[in-house]
Amino acid sequence: MSRIITRRNMLTTTAAAAGSVLLTGCDELGRSESFRKVLHSAEKLTFRTQRLITDRNALAREFSASDMSPIFRANGSTMPRASSYQQHLSERFANWRLQIDGLVQAPRSWSLGELRKMPQRAQITRHDCVEGWSAIGQWAGARLAPLLDAAVLLPAARYIVFHCADEIGGAPYYESIDLVDAYHPQTILAHSMNGQTLPVAHGAPLRLRVERQLGYKQAKYVMRLQAVESLEDFGKGRGGFWEDRIGYEWYAGI
Amino acid sequence: MSEPATADVQTGSPPPATPVRGPLVFRHRISTRLWHWLNAVTIVVMLMSGLTIFNAHPRLYWGQFGANTDAALFRISNTPTTGFIEIGTLRIETTGVLGRWTDSKGAQQIYAFPSWATIPSMYNLALARRWHLFFAWVLGISAGAYLLWSLVNGHLGRDLAPRTAELAPSHIWHDIKEHARLRFPTGEAALRYNILQKLAYVSVLLLLIPLIVLTGLTMSPGMNAAWPWLLDLFAGRQSARTLHFVAAMLIVGFIVVHLLMVVLAGPFNEIRSMITGRYRLPLERAPSPVPMPESAS
Repeated sequence: MSRIITRRNMLTTTAAAAGSVLLTGCDELGRSESFRKVLHSAEKLTFRTQRLITDRNALAREFSASDMSPIFRANGSTMPRASSYQQHLSERFANWRLQIDGLVQAPRSWSLGELRKMPQRAQITRHDCVEGWSAIGQWAGARLAPLLDAAVLLPAARYIVFHCADEIGGAPYYESIDLVDAYHPQTILAHSMNGQTLPVAHGAPLRLRVERQLGYKQAKYVMRLQAVESLEDFGKGRGGFWEDRIGYEWYAGI
Repeated sequence: MSEPATADVQTGSPPPATPVRGPLVFRHRISTRLWHWLNAVTIVVMLMSGLTIFNAHPRLYWGQFGANTDAALFRISNTPTTGFIEIGTLRIETTGVLGRWTDSKGAQQIYAFPSWATIPSMYNLALARRWHLFFAWVLGISAGAYLLWSLVNGHLGRDLAPRTAELAPSHIWHDIKEHARLRFPTGEAALRYNILQKLAYVSVLLLLIPLIVLTGLTMSPGMNAAWPWLLDLFAGRQSARTLHFVAAMLIVGFIVVHLLMVVLAGPFNEIRSMITGRYRLPLERAPSPVPMPESAS
């Protein structure tokens, strides 16, 4: 009997020791810059593989009105504090304009009324937060591709950067996508949600919808588009606010 | 003069688990051993980083969508003093382990799974996703390669596929009783997988791993556009997330039973056979207990 207990104790001790070595080992590895590089290499592999097997224009699933979430959770910033934003909000965005510049032939801007006259698209899609929850809602807005064409991208342009009005912890929110996603038929700048003007909590006046990626890519309060060749000059150079801040993947298709 | 086998016992310094030693025989080929250990590391990393990801939103749903205001099938949560899990309407208090626990510095934490079960040990969703989505590739490629190779070299058909006779309820019941009495196969029979082992290994290899890979892919919005049939197969992204978690827990169940059986069947011999491929064959059990020379004296 005592032998069994000894053996059991030995096994428990061994298991506990192995467990703590494993845990501290994994924490140490996670802190190592070179090991993180190895882990981060999976992002490129996933990105390239998904692009390889996916039709560029393959659509995210669209749902019917009866599939919609009863309540669509508002996450992240829900009210930008910047005085310029507050001013636009008090004017109901009457004097607000969306700018496009950077690597374009014809930098220009659109009012909300002008954006509503550009080619439109409405879609009921699923929004997936990186945390794991999903909500289905209807989005309507101007397709991004005709806006880019109106400004005429220069050949060097590879990404579109979305500059936003909200700040988190003092840093401005921004996001970026490549031209495959920018020209995707479902990529829109939404001014309406669930049949109504886009609420402030969900990004009024304009929110990016890039339907084949996770929620943090769906930039709210979009003020300005910038066509660029590289993402290095923005923030920490990782292509987006959360990418810079805590290391989420730039390619959020998974 | 005693018999050679018995003499062997008497000269061996520590008394072995089995009274007499059988021959050292080859049991596991290199592909099985390599995959076993690679998979052991991969599965542990996947499970523990997966629990961190679960901690970001410790609720499970059925259907296409699901968020905080929607009804959850399962959740891990807390009150100001307790932690609990909730399955449907059934609430079970789990204070100290799930939902409310004390970390190594003595601070109260309300993450669903405690730090000893997660990678990294302190909540970090971004880093957990990096671990998970890197080792997902290792899991997918190594399991795919092993499956393919096992088909080619006949391991799957010869060693793992249950025979019709083995699937007879009476045979399965007999094996369950033998396991319950801790009477494991001896002699030549110990070289083959018994029916319970076959069912366990085949379920993991052909059901649980494919299920966990496919439900994982169903959570990817990019893959939903590429392979929309995934959403139909699993009845939506949130259902897939729930099934992914259930499959992970079944794999945990497999690991627990697997480790228990290794310990009961003789950990040294079992672990050696998975490292070197060689296994000391337990001798055939005598029909009636044979008294040992020591006990006679």
